[in-house]
Amino acid sequence: MNSFMLALRQVRYENKAFWRNPLAAIFVFVFPLMFLLIFNLLFGNRELVLPGGTTNTSTFYVPAIVAMSVIYTCFNNVSIGVCFARDQGLLKRIHGTPLPGWAFLFGRIVHSVLLAVLLVAIVTAAGSLFYGVDVPTNTAPAFLLTLVVGAATFCALGLAITAFIPNAETSPAVVNVLILPLVFISDIFIPLEDTPAWLTTFADIFPVKHFSSAMHTAFNPFETDTGFEWVDLLVLGGWLVGGLVLAVRFFSYEPRR
Amino acid sequence: MSVSHTIEDSLTAIEVRGLRKSYGNVDAVRGIDLSVYRGEIFALLGPNGAGKTTTVEILEGHRDRTAGKVWVLGHDPERNDRDLKQRIGIVLQTTGVEPYLTVQETIDLFRGYYPNPLPLEEILDVIDLPEQRRTPVRKLSGGQQRRLDVAIGLAGDPELLFLDEPTTGLDPAARRGAWQMIGNLRALGKTIVLTTHYMDEAEHLADRVAIIVQGEIVAEGTPGDLMHRSGSTIIRFRTRPSAGVPPQELGAESAGNQSRYTITTRTPIGSLHRLTGWALMEGIELDELAVSTPTLEDVFIELVGATGWRDEQE
Repeated sequence: MNSFMLALRQVRYENKAFWRNPLAAIFVFVFPLMFLLIFNLLFGNRELVLPGGTTNTSTFYVPAIVAMSVIYTCFNNVSIGVCFARDQGLLKRIHGTPLPGWAFLFGRIVHSVLLAVLLVAIVTAAGSLFYGVDVPTNTAPAFLLTLVVGAATFCALGLAITAFIPNAETSPAVVNVLILPLVFISDIFIPLEDTPAWLTTFADIFPVKHFSSAMHTAFNPFETDTGFEWVDLLVLGGWLVGGLVLAVRFFSYEPRR
Repeated sequence: MSVSHTIEDSLTAIEVRGLRKSYGNVDAVRGIDLSVYRGEIFALLGPNGAGKTTTVEILEGHRDRTAGKVWVLGHDPERNDRDLKQRIGIVLQTTGVEPYLTVQETIDLFRGYYPNPLPLEEILDVIDLPEQRRTPVRKLSGGQQRRLDVAIGLAGDPELLFLDEPTTGLDPAARRGAWQMIGNLRALGKTIVLTTHYMDEAEHLADRVAIIVQGEIVAEGTPGDLMHRSGSTIIRFRTRPSAGVPPQELGAESAGNQSRYTITTRTPIGSLHRLTGWALMEGIELDELAVSTPTLEDVFIELVGATGWRDEQE
Protein backbone atom coordinates (compact mmCIF):
# COMPACT_ATOMS: atom_id res chain seq x y z
CA MET A 1 0.00 0.00 0.00
CA ASN A 2 1.44 3.39 -0.85
CA SER A 3 1.66 6.20 1.69
CA PHE A 4 -1.38 8.04 0.45
CA MET A 5 -3.60 4.98 0.68
CA LEU A 6 -2.25 4.40 4.20
CA ALA A 7 -3.13 7.99 5.09
CA LEU A 8 -6.71 7.52 3.84
CA ARG A 9 -6.92 4.28 5.79
CA GLN A 10 -5.94 6.23 8.93
CA VAL A 11 -8.94 8.51 8.40
CA ARG A 12 -11.20 5.47 8.39
CA TYR A 13 -9.70 4.12 11.61
CA GLU A 14 -9.88 7.48 13.37
CA ASN A 15 -13.52 7.70 12.37
CA LYS A 16 -14.23 4.18 13.60
CA ALA A 17 -12.52 4.83 16.94
CA PHE A 18 -14.42 8.11 17.33
CA TRP A 19 -17.85 6.53 16.98
CA ARG A 20 -16.94 3.67 19.33
CA ASN A 21 -17.33 6.09 22.21
CA PRO A 22 -20.89 7.25 21.42
CA LEU A 23 -21.33 9.39 24.51
CA ALA A 24 -18.25 11.49 23.68
CA ALA A 25 -19.38 11.66 20.05
CA ILE A 26 -22.87 12.83 20.96
CA PHE A 27 -21.53 15.63 23.15
CA VAL A 28 -19.51 16.94 20.24
CA PHE A 29 -22.77 17.39 18.35
CA VAL A 30 -24.88 18.56 21.27
CA PHE A 31 -22.46 21.36 22.13
CA PRO A 32 -23.12 23.74 19.18
CA LEU A 33 -26.84 22.95 19.14
CA MET A 34 -26.94 23.83 22.82
CA PHE A 35 -25.34 27.19 21.98
CA LEU A 36 -27.99 27.87 19.36
CA LEU A 37 -30.77 26.97 21.80
CA ILE A 38 -29.33 29.01 24.68
CA PHE A 39 -28.79 32.13 22.58
CA ASN A 40 -32.35 31.99 21.40
CA LEU A 41 -33.65 31.47 24.93
CA LEU A 42 -31.48 34.21 26.43
CA PHE A 43 -31.70 36.90 23.78
CA GLY A 44 -34.70 35.75 21.76
CA ASN A 45 -34.91 35.55 18.01
CA ARG A 46 -35.38 39.28 17.53
CA GLU A 47 -35.44 41.45 14.45
CA LEU A 48 -32.02 42.36 13.18
CA VAL A 49 -31.63 45.31 10.88
CA LEU A 50 -28.69 44.97 8.51
CA PRO A 51 -27.65 47.15 5.58
CA GLY A 52 -29.96 45.92 2.87
CA GLY A 53 -32.88 44.59 4.89
CA THR A 54 -34.24 43.04 8.04
CA THR A 55 -33.66 39.49 9.26
CA ASN A 56 -33.54 37.79 12.67
CA THR A 57 -30.75 37.43 15.23
CA SER A 58 -30.40 33.69 14.59
CA THR A 59 -28.94 34.67 11.24
CA PHE A 60 -26.21 36.27 13.32
CA TYR A 61 -25.92 33.38 15.82
CA VAL A 62 -25.51 30.60 13.23
CA PRO A 63 -22.30 31.82 11.54
CA ALA A 64 -20.90 32.62 14.99
CA ILE A 65 -21.61 29.10 16.22
CA VAL A 66 -20.32 27.67 12.94
CA ALA A 67 -17.03 29.53 13.42
CA MET A 68 -16.83 28.44 17.04
CA SER A 69 -17.52 24.77 16.12
CA VAL A 70 -14.79 24.74 13.51
CA ILE A 71 -12.30 26.33 15.89
CA TYR A 72 -13.12 23.86 18.67
CA THR A 73 -13.12 20.75 16.51
CA CYS A 74 -9.97 21.68 14.67
CA PHE A 75 -7.79 23.69 17.02
CA ASN A 76 -8.80 22.33 20.45
CA ASN A 77 -9.51 18.73 19.50
CA VAL A 78 -6.48 18.24 17.29
CA SER A 79 -4.00 19.69 19.76
CA ILE A 80 -5.44 18.04 22.87
CA GLY A 81 -5.87 14.74 21.01
CA VAL A 82 -2.30 14.77 19.74
CA CYS A 83 -0.97 15.66 23.21
CA PHE A 84 -2.83 12.69 24.71
CA ALA A 85 -1.68 10.35 21.95
CA ARG A 86 1.86 11.55 22.59
CA ASP A 87 1.59 10.98 26.36
CA GLN A 88 0.13 7.51 25.89
CA GLY A 89 3.05 6.51 23.68
CA LEU A 90 0.87 6.16 20.60
CA LEU A 91 2.97 8.61 18.58
CA LYS A 92 6.19 6.88 19.60
CA ARG A 93 4.71 3.54 18.64
CA ILE A 94 3.72 4.89 15.23
CA HIS A 95 7.23 6.31 14.81
CA GLY A 96 8.59 2.77 15.13
CA THR A 97 6.44 1.49 12.24
CA PRO A 98 6.75 2.16 8.50
CA LEU A 99 3.67 4.42 8.64
CA PRO A 100 4.95 7.92 7.81
CA GLY A 101 4.30 10.40 10.63
CA TRP A 102 2.44 12.71 8.25
CA ALA A 103 0.02 9.93 7.33
CA PHE A 104 -0.94 9.45 10.97
CA LEU A 105 -1.48 13.19 11.42
CA PHE A 106 -3.35 13.34 8.11
CA GLY A 107 -5.78 10.80 9.55
CA ARG A 108 -6.33 12.87 12.67
CA ILE A 109 -6.69 16.16 10.82
CA VAL A 110 -8.93 14.99 8.01
CA HIS A 111 -11.17 13.27 10.53
CA SER A 112 -11.45 16.54 12.48
CA VAL A 113 -12.20 18.52 9.34
CA LEU A 114 -14.93 16.05 8.32
CA LEU A 115 -16.37 16.31 11.81
CA ALA A 116 -16.32 20.11 11.56
CA VAL A 117 -18.12 19.97 8.21
CA LEU A 118 -20.77 17.70 9.71
CA LEU A 119 -21.23 20.06 12.66
CA VAL A 120 -21.55 23.05 10.38
CA ALA A 121 -24.18 21.24 8.31
CA ILE A 122 -26.15 20.27 11.41
CA VAL A 123 -26.05 23.76 12.96
CA THR A 124 -27.01 25.40 9.66
CA ALA A 125 -29.85 22.93 9.13
CA ALA A 126 -31.12 23.43 12.69
CA GLY A 127 -30.97 27.22 12.29
CA SER A 128 -32.83 27.04 9.02
CA LEU A 129 -35.49 24.58 10.25
CA PHE A 130 -36.23 25.94 13.73
CA TYR A 131 -35.18 29.58 13.75
CA GLY A 132 -35.91 30.78 10.24
CA VAL A 133 -32.31 31.45 9.26
CA ASP A 134 -31.96 32.35 5.58
CA VAL A 135 -29.07 30.46 4.07
CA PRO A 136 -27.92 32.37 1.01
CA THR A 137 -26.91 30.37 -2.04
CA ASN A 138 -24.98 33.04 -3.94
CA THR A 139 -22.24 32.92 -1.30
CA ALA A 140 -22.03 29.08 -1.17
CA PRO A 141 -18.62 28.90 -2.91
CA ALA A 142 -17.24 31.58 -0.56
CA PHE A 143 -18.70 29.72 2.42
CA LEU A 144 -17.05 26.43 1.34
CA LEU A 145 -13.68 28.05 0.69
CA THR A 146 -13.78 29.85 4.04
CA LEU A 147 -14.72 26.61 5.78
CA VAL A 148 -11.89 24.61 4.19
CA VAL A 149 -9.21 27.27 4.64
CA GLY A 150 -10.35 27.99 8.20
CA ALA A 151 -10.50 24.32 9.22
CA ALA A 152 -7.05 23.67 7.73
CA THR A 153 -5.62 26.74 9.46
CA PHE A 154 -6.94 25.83 12.90
CA CYS A 155 -5.79 22.21 12.50
CA ALA A 156 -2.29 23.34 11.52
CA LEU A 157 -2.15 25.76 14.47
CA GLY A 158 -3.51 23.09 16.82
CA LEU A 159 -0.73 20.78 15.66
CA ALA A 160 1.92 23.50 15.90
CA ILE A 161 1.19 24.36 19.53
CA THR A 162 1.57 20.72 20.63
CA ALA A 163 5.31 21.35 20.34
CA PHE A 164 5.04 23.95 23.09
CA ILE A 165 2.77 21.96 25.42
CA PRO A 166 4.86 19.79 27.77
CA ASN A 167 2.26 17.09 28.50
CA ALA A 168 -1.38 16.13 28.04
CA GLU A 169 -2.55 17.30 31.46
CA THR A 170 -1.62 20.88 30.64
CA SER A 171 -3.00 20.80 27.09
CA PRO A 172 -6.65 21.81 27.76
CA ALA A 173 -5.49 24.74 29.89
CA VAL A 174 -2.95 25.98 27.35
CA VAL A 175 -5.35 25.59 24.45
CA ASN A 176 -8.15 27.46 26.21
CA VAL A 177 -5.89 30.24 27.46
CA LEU A 178 -4.88 30.81 23.84
CA ILE A 179 -8.26 30.53 22.18
CA LEU A 180 -10.89 31.88 24.61
CA PRO A 181 -9.59 35.45 24.88
CA LEU A 182 -9.34 35.56 21.09
CA VAL A 183 -12.92 34.35 20.76
CA PHE A 184 -14.10 37.13 23.09
CA ILE A 185 -12.24 39.95 21.39
CA SER A 186 -12.92 38.77 17.84
CA ASP A 187 -16.50 39.92 17.41
CA ILE A 188 -17.85 36.36 17.31
CA PHE A 189 -20.55 36.41 19.98
CA ILE A 190 -20.08 39.77 21.61
CA PRO A 191 -20.56 42.74 19.26
CA LEU A 192 -17.59 45.05 19.69
CA GLU A 193 -18.79 48.51 20.68
CA ASP A 194 -16.61 51.11 22.38
CA THR A 195 -13.70 48.68 22.30
CA PRO A 196 -10.27 50.30 22.72
CA ALA A 197 -8.64 50.67 19.33
CA TRP A 198 -5.51 48.79 20.39
CA LEU A 199 -7.62 45.74 21.32
CA THR A 200 -9.32 45.74 17.93
CA THR A 201 -5.94 46.04 16.23
CA PHE A 202 -4.61 43.23 18.39
CA ALA A 203 -7.52 40.98 17.43
CA ASP A 204 -6.91 41.84 13.77
CA ILE A 205 -3.56 40.07 13.92
CA PHE A 206 -5.03 36.68 14.81
CA PRO A 207 -6.99 34.28 12.59
CA VAL A 208 -10.11 33.95 14.78
CA LYS A 209 -11.58 37.32 13.85
CA HIS A 210 -10.86 36.90 10.14
CA PHE A 211 -12.45 33.48 10.07
CA SER A 212 -15.54 34.63 11.92
CA SER A 213 -15.84 37.76 9.82
CA ALA A 214 -15.61 35.80 6.55
CA MET A 215 -18.24 33.37 7.87
CA HIS A 216 -20.60 36.24 8.77
CA THR A 217 -20.30 37.57 5.25
CA ALA A 218 -21.01 34.15 3.78
CA PHE A 219 -24.18 33.90 5.89
CA ASN A 220 -25.36 37.44 5.23
CA PRO A 221 -28.67 37.14 3.35
CA PHE A 222 -28.23 40.67 1.91
CA GLU A 223 -24.83 40.01 0.42
CA THR A 224 -25.39 40.71 -3.24
CA ASP A 225 -21.93 39.69 -4.43
CA THR A 226 -20.20 36.28 -4.17
CA GLY A 227 -19.09 37.08 -0.62
CA PHE A 228 -15.40 36.18 -0.89
CA GLU A 229 -13.51 38.08 1.84
CA TRP A 230 -10.09 37.92 0.22
CA VAL A 231 -8.22 39.87 2.90
CA ASP A 232 -9.56 37.56 5.64
CA LEU A 233 -8.74 34.49 3.57
CA LEU A 234 -5.25 35.80 2.92
CA VAL A 235 -4.59 36.33 6.63
CA LEU A 236 -5.92 32.84 7.36
CA GLY A 237 -3.65 31.46 4.64
CA GLY A 238 -0.68 33.18 6.26
CA TRP A 239 -1.46 31.53 9.60
CA LEU A 240 -1.95 28.21 7.82
CA VAL A 241 1.52 28.32 6.29
CA GLY A 242 3.08 29.57 9.54
CA GLY A 243 1.34 26.82 11.53
CA LEU A 244 2.53 24.14 9.13
CA VAL A 245 6.12 25.40 9.23
CA LEU A 246 6.14 25.40 13.04
CA ALA A 247 4.44 21.99 13.21
CA VAL A 248 6.92 20.38 10.83
CA ARG A 249 9.93 22.04 12.44
CA PHE A 250 9.14 21.39 16.12
CA PHE A 251 6.85 18.37 16.13
CA SER A 252 7.77 15.85 18.82
CA TYR A 253 6.83 12.18 19.10
CA GLU A 254 7.42 12.13 22.84
CA PRO A 255 6.21 14.32 25.70
CA ARG A 256 8.60 16.61 27.55
CA ARG A 257 8.05 15.81 31.21
CA MET B 1 31.42 -0.44 2.39
CA SER B 2 33.95 -3.27 2.40
CA VAL B 3 33.16 -6.82 1.31
CA SER B 4 34.03 -8.15 4.77
CA HIS B 5 31.37 -5.96 6.30
CA THR B 6 28.74 -7.30 3.92
CA ILE B 7 29.62 -10.85 4.95
CA GLU B 8 29.41 -9.86 8.58
CA ASP B 9 25.99 -8.38 7.87
CA SER B 10 24.53 -11.70 6.93
CA LEU B 11 25.54 -13.21 10.26
CA THR B 12 24.76 -10.37 12.60
CA ALA B 13 21.50 -8.55 12.99
CA ILE B 14 23.05 -5.74 15.03
CA GLU B 15 26.56 -4.29 15.20
CA VAL B 16 27.43 -1.55 17.66
CA ARG B 17 30.87 0.07 17.95
CA GLY B 18 31.84 2.68 20.53
CA LEU B 19 28.28 3.86 21.12
CA ARG B 20 27.96 6.93 23.34
CA LYS B 21 24.99 9.00 24.38
CA SER B 22 25.04 12.09 26.57
CA TYR B 23 22.15 14.14 27.89
CA GLY B 24 23.72 17.48 28.73
CA ASN B 25 26.51 16.64 31.18
CA VAL B 26 25.18 13.18 31.96
CA ASP B 27 26.74 10.28 30.04
CA ALA B 28 23.97 7.68 29.81
CA VAL B 29 25.94 5.36 27.51
CA ARG B 30 29.73 5.45 27.64
CA GLY B 31 31.19 3.48 24.75
CA ILE B 32 29.39 0.21 24.08
CA ASP B 33 30.38 -2.54 21.62
CA LEU B 34 27.80 -5.19 20.81
CA SER B 35 27.05 -7.88 18.26
CA VAL B 36 23.71 -9.61 18.07
CA TYR B 37 23.62 -12.68 15.82
CA ARG B 38 20.71 -13.63 13.65
CA GLY B 39 18.19 -16.00 15.24
CA GLU B 40 19.36 -15.53 18.82
CA ILE B 41 17.65 -14.08 21.85
CA PHE B 42 19.93 -11.45 23.28
CA ALA B 43 19.24 -9.91 26.68
CA LEU B 44 20.49 -6.55 27.84
CA LEU B 45 20.56 -6.69 31.60
CA GLY B 46 21.13 -3.94 34.11
CA PRO B 47 19.77 -2.00 37.04
CA ASN B 48 17.37 0.88 36.48
CA GLY B 49 19.16 3.86 35.01
CA ALA B 50 22.07 1.78 33.66
CA GLY B 51 21.46 2.80 30.05
CA LYS B 52 19.55 -0.25 28.77
CA THR B 53 16.57 1.63 27.43
CA THR B 54 18.70 4.43 25.99
CA THR B 55 20.78 1.85 24.11
CA VAL B 56 17.75 0.00 22.79
CA GLU B 57 16.00 3.21 21.78
CA ILE B 58 19.06 4.20 19.74
CA LEU B 59 18.91 0.82 18.00
CA GLU B 60 15.18 1.29 17.34
CA GLY B 61 15.69 4.74 15.81
CA HIS B 62 13.85 6.59 18.58
CA ARG B 63 16.98 8.44 19.73
CA ASP B 64 20.01 9.91 18.05
CA ARG B 65 23.42 8.93 19.38
CA THR B 66 26.21 11.24 20.48
CA ALA B 67 29.00 9.12 18.99
CA GLY B 68 29.79 5.66 17.66
CA LYS B 69 28.65 3.42 14.83
CA VAL B 70 25.45 1.40 14.71
CA TRP B 71 24.13 -1.02 12.11
CA VAL B 72 20.74 -2.67 12.44
CA LEU B 73 20.07 -5.16 9.63
CA GLY B 74 22.71 -3.24 7.67
CA HIS B 75 21.00 0.15 8.17
CA ASP B 76 21.88 3.12 10.33
CA PRO B 77 18.74 3.45 12.48
CA GLU B 78 19.26 7.20 12.89
CA ARG B 79 18.26 7.70 9.26
CA ASN B 80 14.75 6.35 9.94
CA ASP B 81 14.67 4.39 6.65
CA ARG B 82 11.26 3.01 5.91
CA ASP B 83 12.90 -0.15 4.62
CA LEU B 84 14.41 -0.80 8.05
CA LYS B 85 11.12 -0.11 9.83
CA GLN B 86 9.41 -2.69 7.66
CA ARG B 87 11.84 -5.33 8.93
CA ILE B 88 11.86 -4.63 12.67
CA GLY B 89 9.22 -4.84 15.37
CA ILE B 90 9.29 -2.73 18.52
CA VAL B 91 7.54 -3.47 21.80
CA LEU B 92 7.88 -0.41 24.01
CA GLN B 93 7.52 -0.13 27.77
CA THR B 94 4.79 2.45 27.53
CA THR B 95 1.74 1.30 25.67
CA GLY B 96 -0.52 3.41 23.54
CA VAL B 97 -3.37 2.18 21.35
CA GLU B 98 -6.90 3.31 20.60
CA PRO B 99 -8.84 2.03 23.64
CA TYR B 100 -12.10 1.67 21.75
CA LEU B 101 -10.91 -0.56 18.91
CA THR B 102 -10.99 -4.34 19.37
CA VAL B 103 -7.92 -6.57 19.59
CA GLN B 104 -8.44 -7.78 16.05
CA GLU B 105 -9.00 -4.28 14.62
CA THR B 106 -5.88 -3.00 16.36
CA ILE B 107 -3.69 -5.81 15.06
CA ASP B 108 -5.17 -5.38 11.56
CA LEU B 109 -4.52 -1.64 11.65
CA PHE B 110 -0.82 -2.25 12.28
CA ARG B 111 -0.61 -5.19 9.87
CA GLY B 112 -1.69 -2.80 7.16
CA TYR B 113 1.47 -0.71 7.62
CA TYR B 114 3.74 -3.52 6.41
CA PRO B 115 4.29 -5.06 2.98
CA ASN B 116 4.27 -8.69 4.20
CA PRO B 117 2.36 -8.89 7.47
CA LEU B 118 2.07 -12.03 9.57
CA PRO B 119 -1.39 -13.63 9.21
CA LEU B 120 -3.79 -12.50 11.93
CA GLU B 121 -4.52 -16.06 13.11
CA GLU B 122 -0.83 -16.78 13.53
CA ILE B 123 -0.35 -13.65 15.64
CA LEU B 124 -3.36 -14.47 17.83
CA ASP B 125 -1.94 -17.97 18.35
CA VAL B 126 1.52 -16.75 19.32
CA ILE B 127 0.20 -14.24 21.85
CA ASP B 128 -2.46 -16.71 22.97
CA LEU B 129 -5.41 -14.32 22.85
CA PRO B 130 -7.74 -16.03 20.35
CA GLU B 131 -10.81 -15.61 22.56
CA GLN B 132 -10.28 -11.89 23.10
CA ARG B 133 -10.18 -11.00 19.42
CA ARG B 134 -13.43 -9.03 19.59
CA THR B 135 -12.73 -7.50 22.98
CA PRO B 136 -12.16 -3.72 23.08
CA VAL B 137 -8.59 -2.92 24.08
CA ARG B 138 -9.66 -0.98 27.17
CA LYS B 139 -11.26 -4.13 28.64
CA LEU B 140 -8.07 -6.22 28.52
CA SER B 141 -6.15 -7.04 31.72
CA GLY B 142 -2.61 -5.71 32.18
CA GLY B 143 -1.06 -8.99 31.05
CA GLN B 144 -3.35 -9.18 28.02
CA GLN B 145 -2.49 -5.59 27.02
CA ARG B 146 1.19 -6.51 27.18
CA ARG B 147 0.47 -9.41 24.84
CA LEU B 148 -1.32 -7.08 22.48
CA ASP B 149 1.81 -4.90 22.51
CA VAL B 150 3.81 -7.91 21.40
CA ALA B 151 1.16 -8.67 18.76
CA ILE B 152 1.61 -5.16 17.36
CA GLY B 153 5.39 -5.63 17.35
CA LEU B 154 4.90 -8.86 15.39
CA ALA B 155 2.37 -7.46 12.93
CA GLY B 156 4.87 -6.90 10.13
CA ASP B 157 6.51 -10.33 10.51
CA PRO B 158 9.80 -8.67 11.58
CA GLU B 159 13.21 -10.28 11.25
CA LEU B 160 14.26 -8.49 14.42
CA LEU B 161 12.06 -7.84 17.45
CA PHE B 162 12.86 -5.46 20.32
CA LEU B 163 11.18 -6.22 23.64
CA ASP B 164 11.73 -3.53 26.25
CA GLU B 165 11.06 -5.03 29.70
CA PRO B 166 8.33 -7.32 28.42
CA THR B 167 7.26 -8.62 31.84
CA THR B 168 7.68 -5.61 34.12
CA GLY B 169 4.51 -5.17 36.14
CA LEU B 170 3.07 -8.60 35.35
CA ASP B 171 1.97 -11.05 38.02
CA PRO B 172 3.94 -14.34 38.24
CA ALA B 173 1.43 -16.35 36.19
CA ALA B 174 1.33 -13.69 33.45
CA ARG B 175 5.15 -13.62 33.43
CA ARG B 176 5.27 -17.39 32.82
CA GLY B 177 2.77 -16.87 30.02
CA ALA B 178 4.97 -14.16 28.51
CA TRP B 179 8.00 -16.45 28.67
CA GLN B 180 6.04 -19.16 26.91
CA MET B 181 5.14 -16.62 24.23
CA ILE B 182 8.74 -15.51 23.76
CA GLY B 183 9.63 -19.20 23.44
CA ASN B 184 7.05 -19.39 20.64
CA LEU B 185 8.79 -16.47 18.92
CA ARG B 186 12.11 -18.29 19.07
CA ALA B 187 10.44 -21.13 17.20
CA LEU B 188 9.53 -18.66 14.42
CA GLY B 189 13.25 -17.96 13.99
CA LYS B 190 13.11 -14.32 15.03
CA THR B 191 16.11 -12.43 16.33
CA ILE B 192 15.06 -10.92 19.64
CA VAL B 193 16.69 -8.19 21.70
CA LEU B 194 15.16 -7.89 25.13
CA THR B 195 15.92 -5.71 28.09
CA THR B 196 15.09 -6.78 31.60
CA HIS B 197 16.12 -6.31 35.17
CA TYR B 198 14.91 -9.78 36.13
CA MET B 199 17.84 -12.17 36.28
CA ASP B 200 15.70 -15.29 36.10
CA GLU B 201 14.10 -13.94 32.95
CA ALA B 202 17.44 -13.54 31.19
CA GLU B 203 18.60 -16.91 32.48
CA HIS B 204 15.44 -18.59 31.24
CA LEU B 205 15.10 -16.93 27.84
CA ALA B 206 18.38 -15.58 26.54
CA ASP B 207 20.99 -17.27 24.39
CA ARG B 208 23.40 -14.51 25.25
CA VAL B 209 23.42 -11.78 27.86
CA ALA B 210 25.23 -8.47 28.22
CA ILE B 211 25.25 -6.82 31.62
CA ILE B 212 25.29 -3.05 31.47
CA VAL B 213 26.16 -0.91 34.49
CA GLN B 214 26.48 2.88 34.46
CA GLY B 215 26.49 2.99 30.68
CA GLU B 216 29.17 0.36 30.16
CA ILE B 217 29.06 -3.35 29.42
CA VAL B 218 30.72 -5.14 32.31
CA ALA B 219 30.13 -8.75 31.20
CA GLU B 220 28.90 -10.55 28.12
CA GLY B 221 28.31 -14.20 27.24
CA THR B 222 25.84 -17.05 27.55
CA PRO B 223 24.07 -17.22 30.92
CA GLY B 224 26.11 -20.42 31.57
CA ASP B 225 29.41 -18.67 30.76
CA LEU B 226 28.63 -15.86 33.12
CA MET B 227 27.57 -18.17 35.91
CA HIS B 228 30.70 -20.31 35.60
CA ARG B 229 33.02 -17.40 34.98
CA SER B 230 33.43 -16.61 38.66
CA GLY B 231 34.37 -20.25 39.32
CA SER B 232 32.91 -20.00 42.77
CA THR B 233 30.48 -22.23 44.58
CA ILE B 234 27.99 -20.98 47.10
CA ILE B 235 27.25 -22.83 50.35
CA ARG B 236 24.16 -21.68 52.21
CA PHE B 237 23.03 -22.81 55.66
CA ARG B 238 21.11 -21.80 58.73
CA THR B 239 22.13 -22.37 62.36
CA ARG B 240 19.76 -22.75 65.29
CA PRO B 241 19.47 -19.88 67.77
CA SER B 242 21.31 -21.97 70.45
CA ALA B 243 24.47 -22.25 68.29
CA GLY B 244 27.23 -19.66 68.39
CA VAL B 245 28.60 -17.61 65.53
CA PRO B 246 30.64 -19.68 62.98
CA PRO B 247 34.38 -19.06 63.42
CA GLN B 248 36.09 -16.49 61.18
CA GLU B 249 38.18 -19.03 59.18
CA LEU B 250 35.04 -20.56 57.66
CA GLY B 251 34.48 -17.31 55.76
CA ALA B 252 30.76 -17.41 56.42
CA GLU B 253 28.95 -14.15 55.80
CA SER B 254 25.71 -13.40 57.52
CA ALA B 255 22.93 -13.31 54.94
CA GLY B 256 20.36 -11.15 56.65
CA ASN B 257 18.86 -12.17 59.98
CA GLN B 258 17.60 -15.48 61.38
CA SER B 259 21.09 -17.04 61.55
CA ARG B 260 21.40 -17.48 57.80
CA TYR B 261 24.91 -17.62 56.33
CA THR B 262 26.56 -17.83 52.93
CA ILE B 263 30.05 -19.07 52.10
CA THR B 264 31.39 -18.17 48.66
CA THR B 265 34.34 -20.40 47.87
CA ARG B 266 36.61 -21.65 45.07
CA THR B 267 37.39 -24.84 47.03
CA PRO B 268 34.00 -26.24 47.94
CA ILE B 269 35.26 -29.62 49.27
CA GLY B 270 37.58 -28.02 51.80
CA SER B 271 35.06 -25.40 52.87
CA LEU B 272 32.34 -27.98 53.33
CA HIS B 273 34.70 -30.20 55.31
CA ARG B 274 35.62 -27.38 57.68
CA LEU B 275 31.97 -26.32 58.03
CA THR B 276 30.64 -29.79 58.85
CA GLY B 277 33.67 -30.39 61.15
CA TRP B 278 32.76 -27.28 63.12
CA ALA B 279 29.11 -28.30 63.30
CA LEU B 280 29.97 -31.83 64.53
CA MET B 281 32.33 -30.44 67.16
CA GLU B 282 29.69 -27.97 68.38
CA GLY B 283 27.03 -30.66 68.20
CA ILE B 284 24.68 -28.51 66.14
CA GLU B 285 22.61 -29.18 63.06
CA LEU B 286 22.92 -27.08 59.88
CA ASP B 287 19.42 -26.51 58.60
CA GLU B 288 18.72 -25.92 54.92
CA LEU B 289 22.29 -26.76 53.96
CA ALA B 290 22.69 -26.21 50.22
CA VAL B 291 25.59 -26.23 47.82
CA SER B 292 25.03 -24.50 44.49
CA THR B 293 26.71 -22.79 41.60
CA PRO B 294 25.94 -19.07 41.51
CA THR B 295 22.78 -17.99 39.72
CA LEU B 296 22.87 -15.17 37.23
CA GLU B 297 21.54 -13.02 40.02
CA ASP B 298 24.59 -13.78 42.20
CA VAL B 299 26.88 -12.88 39.30
CA PHE B 300 24.89 -9.75 38.69
CA ILE B 301 25.09 -8.62 42.32
CA GLU B 302 28.82 -9.37 42.31
CA LEU B 303 29.35 -7.29 39.15
CA VAL B 304 27.03 -4.46 39.95
CA GLY B 305 28.07 -4.31 43.60
CA ALA B 306 26.56 -2.04 46.13
CA THR B 307 27.99 1.06 44.45
CA GLY B 308 26.73 0.07 41.01
CA TRP B 309 23.17 0.93 41.96
CA ARG B 310 23.02 4.46 40.87
CA ASP B 311 19.98 6.32 42.08
CA GLU B 312 17.14 5.92 39.66
CA GLN B 313 17.48 9.06 37.65
CA GLU B 314 16.31 7.95 34.22
